[in-house]
Amino acid sequence: MRTARTRQRWLKAAAVLALSLILSACGNAPQSAIDPQGPFAQKPDDLFRIVFAIAVVVFVLVQGLIIYTMVKFRQKPDDDGTLPPQTHGNTKLEILWTAIPALILAVIAVPTVQMIFELDAEPEGAVQVEVIGHRWWWEYRYDFGGETVYTANELAIPAGVPVRLSMRSEENNSVENAVIHSFWIPPLAGKMDVVPGRVTTLNIMADEPGYYLGQCAEYCGLSHANMRLRVNALSASDWQAWVDNQLAPANVPTDGTLEARGREVFYQGACVGCHAINDGEPFLRADGSEVVAAGRTGPDLTHLASRQEFAGAIFELNAETLAAWLENPPAMKPMRPNESPAIGMPNLNLTPDEVEALVAYLLSLT
Amino acid sequence: MSVPVEETSLGLDNRKLAMWAFLGSEFLFFGAFISTYLLYLDDFNNAVNGIELFDIPYTSVSSFVLLMSSLTMVLAHAAHTKGDMRRARLWLLATAFQGMVFIGGQVFEFTAFVKEGMGLTTSPFSSSFFVLTGFHGAHVTVGIIMLLSLWTMMKMGRIGPGEDLKTEMIGLYWHFVDIIWIIIFTVVYLIPAG
Amino acid sequence: MASASVASGSIFRRPTAETGFASWLTTVDHKKIGIMYGVTSFIFFIIGGLEAMLVRLQLAQAEGTVLSAEAYNQMFTMHGITMVFLVVMPVAAAFFNYLIPLQIGARDVAFPRLNAFSYWVYLFGGLFLYSSFFFGAAPNGSWVGYAPLSVAAPGNNMAFYAIGLQILGLGSLAASVNFITTILNMRAPGLTFMRMPMFIWMALVVNFLLLFAMPVIAVALFQLTFDNVFATNFFNAAAGADPLLWQHLFWIFGHPEVYILILPAMGIVSEVLPVFSRKPLFGYAAVAFAGAAIGFIGWGVWAHHMFTSGLGPVATSAFGLSTMFIAVPTGIKIFNWVFTMWGGKLRLTTPMLFSIGFVAMFTIGGLSGVTHAIVPSDAQQHDTYYVVAHFHYVLFGGALFGIMSGIYFWWPKVTGKLIDETWGKLHFWTWLIGFNLTFGPMHFSGLLGQPRRTYVLPDELGPTVEFWNLLSTIGVFIIAISTVIFFIAMLKTRNGEDAPPDPWDARTIEWLTTSPPKPHNFDKIPVITARDEFWHRKYAEDDAGHAVPVPAGGQVDAPPEAGTEVDEDIHMPSPSYWPLVMTLGLPVVGYGVIFKSLTVALVGGLVLLFGMYAWQLEPLAEDDHH
Repeated sequence: MRTARTRQRWLKAAAVLALSLILSACGNAPQSAIDPQGPFAQKPDDLFRIVFAIAVVVFVLVQGLIIYTMVKFRQKPDDDGTLPPQTHGNTKLEILWTAIPALILAVIAVPTVQMIFELDAEPEGAVQVEVIGHRWWWEYRYDFGGETVYTANELAIPAGVPVRLSMRSEENNSVENAVIHSFWIPPLAGKMDVVPGRVTTLNIMADEPGYYLGQCAEYCGLSHANMRLRVNALSASDWQAWVDNQLAPANVPTDGTLEARGREVFYQGACVGCHAINDGEPFLRADGSEVVAAGRTGPDLTHLASRQEFAGAIFELNAETLAAWLENPPAMKPMRPNESPAIGMPNLNLTPDEVEALVAYLLSLT
Repeated sequence: MSVPVEETSLGLDNRKLAMWAFLGSEFLFFGAFISTYLLYLDDFNNAVNGIELFDIPYTSVSSFVLLMSSLTMVLAHAAHTKGDMRRARLWLLATAFQGMVFIGGQVFEFTAFVKEGMGLTTSPFSSSFFVLTGFHGAHVTVGIIMLLSLWTMMKMGRIGPGEDLKTEMIGLYWHFVDIIWIIIFTVVYLIPAG
Repeated sequence: MASASVASGSIFRRPTAETGFASWLTTVDHKKIGIMYGVTSFIFFIIGGLEAMLVRLQLAQAEGTVLSAEAYNQMFTMHGITMVFLVVMPVAAAFFNYLIPLQIGARDVAFPRLNAFSYWVYLFGGLFLYSSFFFGAAPNGSWVGYAPLSVAAPGNNMAFYAIGLQILGLGSLAASVNFITTILNMRAPGLTFMRMPMFIWMALVVNFLLLFAMPVIAVALFQLTFDNVFATNFFNAAAGADPLLWQHLFWIFGHPEVYILILPAMGIVSEVLPVFSRKPLFGYAAVAFAGAAIGFIGWGVWAHHMFTSGLGPVATSAFGLSTMFIAVPTGIKIFNWVFTMWGGKLRLTTPMLFSIGFVAMFTIGGLSGVTHAIVPSDAQQHDTYYVVAHFHYVLFGGALFGIMSGIYFWWPKVTGKLIDETWGKLHFWTWLIGFNLTFGPMHFSGLLGQPRRTYVLPDELGPTVEFWNLLSTIGVFIIAISTVIFFIAMLKTRNGEDAPPDPWDARTIEWLTTSPPKPHNFDKIPVITARDEFWHRKYAEDDAGHAVPVPAGGQVDAPPEAGTEVDEDIHMPSPSYWPLVMTLGLPVVGYGVIFKSLTVALVGGLVLLFGMYAWQLEPLAEDDHH
């Protein structure tokens, strides 16, 4: 099966080869940084295109000059062996090619500096979101009228409205063992690092509703490649519905269902130690003690099923992928749950029955 | 390869030129550590305020001793140049001794700080303080070892009156270490505590 | 150095072997050491290249499974460390070693034993780094080793990085002191600064950069090691430290380092282009001062590696401007090289082709570099394959093309054999095509959103990105084939044609002596009367102002060197064991620190100390010498 898949991939690549030669470089690349979908990506791109055009002109001139020189001044086969004129330099020419590049750069410098300040300033009426980088997933916190909403990996925002991200890096609620990440959603903005012990800011905005792809862009160790993210930009009405849903408590399954069995597994096993599910109903353990799921080590699962993917946005969220994940997470995504410091979700050795019940429960958390 | 000084392009002995280059590099070395220290000047990690622990009069005395050792170093070189090996040895020993007094003072100071709750791992401030001054102490120690080696070789007759360049070179190093200490004492102790 | 009077009877005898294996272990001859640097860095180039091929195989298609995440992370990290610290820097040292004394008319470098020490430190530093594989702890935190990842990660991987680079840095520092002293102080009579070959100028700038950059990275590496081993708080944000300290220190070293890597190649190209254009270098003073200017401004642009670190708009603006500024002297050089060729009679030999290739490819790297100075769009390009493309155009298209040019140019001088031009040109064209096929597409894959240092190319990034990645992978195999061709070209010279002393009608005085040069380089130290001294001995201007050969001035096959009188009493330095012995202590100390064993560290320290004292106490020369 692997070889068939590999062959298929190579065929696909070969087919794309012909296509790509015709299409421009930008075709069919959803995470493209040169296909801006919002003003904070558009402005730098406009500037880049100007500079890129100048660079192409210089490129053509210099390479043309080199090739012309090579052809024109090649030693001919019938060369008489005399030496060419021994020029040592030409001050006028040299001043010229010092001054012209300096002038071009000075001209580019003005809009560059202007834009640096412009992009840094906080836009008016921006929606505020806290972003927390963890190895290897993203956490988002919203404040809606004093109530905090926690989500992960998929960042929901209203389309057409600027969003101000305040970003920091943490591990298990502490800056201890936290590392540097970089939040990057190319269609909506350039990247900004997320540094332990600091709060950095980034403005993003999507002109149109839709899904936009991004990922962590600062190497953060083992599963850096698996620290992907998405932005789900919603129309005004969808946004309001989303907010309302997030503010509501999580679904509590009816007794006796598979989902209810899943809830028991969640609270009786290790899950509750790291994950939060806010359903307003403490779980009653056999010994009579009450348990609340408020762990912040892993992603908040209150409305897990309202998101399209999980585990650093690398898997589509469905019964199949979720079951595979719960059976053995480190096999699905490289993590270090058993080393010190422990990073990521360990294999909980769940039985197939437990997995089935958990999947049903988690997928009911819309 | 030893080339007579008069045949070199700059009229300067190769070894001396190399020592100057090396010391230039050392300035950047200490410069980076001092910058780190300044960056963490108020990062006490909610633990002891290291600057309040500084005992300026005490450190002034040990700084003065180190400063004076530069004088004896100059005297050692002068004696060596004149061919007065006995005196040169004496001054070398005096220089090394003052260096040892300084190191002893540093060990005592470090011990006192640790007793008062500021260890190597206490805070960014303490880490950068101990590592900066510790590296300086290591440089002084290397200098002492060189001085004593020089003294031994003079005593054994392996270094004679004509080889005062060796004393001059070690002297260059010693003065450099001294100058670095003056900078450290000013930037690390005096200004923050003042 | 003890006085000669006590030499006999000393336990420290100096070795005397001049041939055979032992002679290489104890040699202090700058030419032999240069060859050792060259051969060692070629071996590391093969290793670093194999690592790159594994990386490219993994990324040949989306969701590749050739390497595990951990293995990939080790491969790309070791590829970077190897190519920077074990290939390009030491291969430049190979050229410095071999050429500086020959081009300035000296018999050796200022400190021959220190020179041997630098080489051994390089070799053992490299072996130390690679020994990490045997402990299952190869560095995996990228060549920039950003804290706090390099502290927080479990395992000794980044401890090997920190100490390995520390050891290598010591060798580079020693070499820089040595070369600076040599260039400043050992020039032949009449060789003023403005008569120095351009390669010597660039060597001088590079070694000053090394002199001042190595201590900064040494400090950063000490801090990293102490954080790892002694739990200090230099980068621990939980204790209130600022992790960006590492980035500042690393790039204050790292950006001059970029020029350390590229300037030697610029020096080589500035030698090769005039020879094969049969014209002097256009605007000698401008090229020299542009090199020096790059060396100075190179200290003020480090934070352009940190535009997305959150430094704030003022700092990023300032560093954006200084970065644009540094493009100016670079541009000057490119135009000067092109106009060196303009109006000449170009002989398109292999070294010439590589030099022209350098100018063309480096221009591309320079232009993409200017786009990085545009801070807002750099926020898109930073840490993507666009940057990977950029610096490979500078370091491969630039540095390696220049170095290849130098290898072909000076090979006859070093080995006394001519290289087969057919194989050389085959190497050049495959190298050029393979290089562009590998790194050209990375501009697109980067702009289309592919970040660097990711072990998997996600399916989500789309077929276009996958296509460009496939091209890159194909390209790297062409480079591999090209390298084999290069190797064959070198091997074939064993039975090749003997090289005359001056096969290229060259301009500088290393071509004055035999090929290969005698151990003492010159029978008589030449007196320098002009820039391009050797050329002026061969040609003079006639009444009409045209350059014509000087009849007695030395035909190509009989340089003035032959048959002239010989300097009396040529003293060459004697070989020595102690640089090697001393170096053996360094990795031992390193293992002691990494595995927290005081005993091991002390043993290493004792070896080091013993070597150091023996070095100081050994006699100046072998016993029969006065």
